[in-house]
Amino acid sequence: MANRPAPGHFVTVLRFRVDYNQDSCLTLEGRNFYPVSASPPKFDFHFRFMLSAHGLTCVRGDRRLFAGLDLAVGAGQWLHVRGENGAGKTSLLRLLAGLSQPAAGDIRWSGQSIRDSDSTYRQNLLFFGHHGALKEDLTAMENLAFAAAMDGVAIEEVGALQALYRFGLKGREELPVRVLSAGQKRRVMLARLAIRKAKLWILDEPFTALDVKAVELLATLISEHVAGGGMAVLTSHQTMPIPGGRVVQL
Amino acid sequence: MNAMLAIIRRDLLMVMRRKSEVLTALFFFVIVSSLFPLGIGPEPALLRKIAPGVLWVGALLATMLGLQRMFAADHSDGTLEQMAISPTPLVLLVTGKIVAHWLVSGLPLVLMAPVLGIQFDLDAGALGVLMVALLLGTPLLSLIGAIGAALTLGVRGGGVLLSLLVLPLYVPALIFGAGAVESHIAGLGAGGHLSLLAAILVMAAFFAPWAATAALRIALE
Repeated sequence: MANRPAPGHFVTVLRFRVDYNQDSCLTLEGRNFYPVSASPPKFDFHFRFMLSAHGLTCVRGDRRLFAGLDLAVGAGQWLHVRGENGAGKTSLLRLLAGLSQPAAGDIRWSGQSIRDSDSTYRQNLLFFGHHGALKEDLTAMENLAFAAAMDGVAIEEVGALQALYRFGLKGREELPVRVLSAGQKRRVMLARLAIRKAKLWILDEPFTALDVKAVELLATLISEHVAGGGMAVLTSHQTMPIPGGRVVQL
Repeated sequence: MNAMLAIIRRDLLMVMRRKSEVLTALFFFVIVSSLFPLGIGPEPALLRKIAPGVLWVGALLATMLGLQRMFAADHSDGTLEQMAISPTPLVLLVTGKIVAHWLVSGLPLVLMAPVLGIQFDLDAGALGVLMVALLLGTPLLSLIGAIGAALTLGVRGGGVLLSLLVLPLYVPALIFGAGAVESHIAGLGAGGHLSLLAAILVMAAFFAPWAATAALRIALE
């Protein structure tokens, strides 16, 4: 860089965050000061990782669950989707995961419709539905290894074991999942959160069937994820003390 | 590609844990094919005549047995959702499922067929043609069956519907597969039939995974 200031000076680096709302305005988030002697700062392309939905309408059968729903989640934020039973929370999450198509409106990942940027979006996505996606005849370890292969990530045995230990499944990693209790099955499933590096977590009722300790552990995991620049969208009937959250009421 | 291999490995592993599935199809094939010589009586000329048709119909029905379960378990436990949102294209994963289905319920039939053929007094040449025809034909059955299994996923009473849907589509495989053995026995050479069977297989290998994937996406909605 030819006109780089001499060491000892400070340069101002602006951090931008682009909010993809309807009129696509650019929002200035703040500025940081870096000493020149330090390595040249890179732009924080936070806006590269951003989920937004515009005018979403969901129809199930003859019933319109919601219409004209707008939402946006940026790095370091999470959304708490709330609503009564049957309000369309799961439907919304399935729409966001790209499992079903909205009747109207569209969903964008970093400004691009998720239908176009399909594989980039999926690489950044981790979705947990009501079902655990666990094979009863396979062991916890085998289930995790298969899930990792599906996600296209290499998994090391040590990493998987650590994740299982963290969720209190020590000594049960080689048991077939069918002999585990409902809560333990949930824990096996949640161990994936600790293994997979995904930017966006979409979790449908993640606290179901978990005991107090596991709920705490999961809340910690989500806050760590969000604090590290991740995003999460989740449904739950409980209130959660995780910073950076917003509520979407259906 | 890794994800596809992982699916094949997982499906085979699950079959190894629960062997009844693969054994059911195989025993069905063995028993159905053995009942004919017992019922018709020891008349070599007649047995030779009906052998290709009986063995092929047996193989056809045996592959039907496991067909309904091809995607059903993955659908009910949420694995199919995870497959659909995997970064690997769903069509590759579906291809993996089809390959696994063939390895479990098609390949054993190919290997068993010569033993059963002896009951029908087929000579070594005819047994060879039978094996080649089944080797080309059973993957075709798995491919076509996958479309039917995906279309009837989550439908109540899907088993009957699946048979109605898939069995007519099996007819070309049956005609050319059994025809290959018949024309070999008649001394006409099996080349023509086998080429046609191979051509249908290539076409199905290209189109069937896409069709099954489209049907699965509808089932997931």
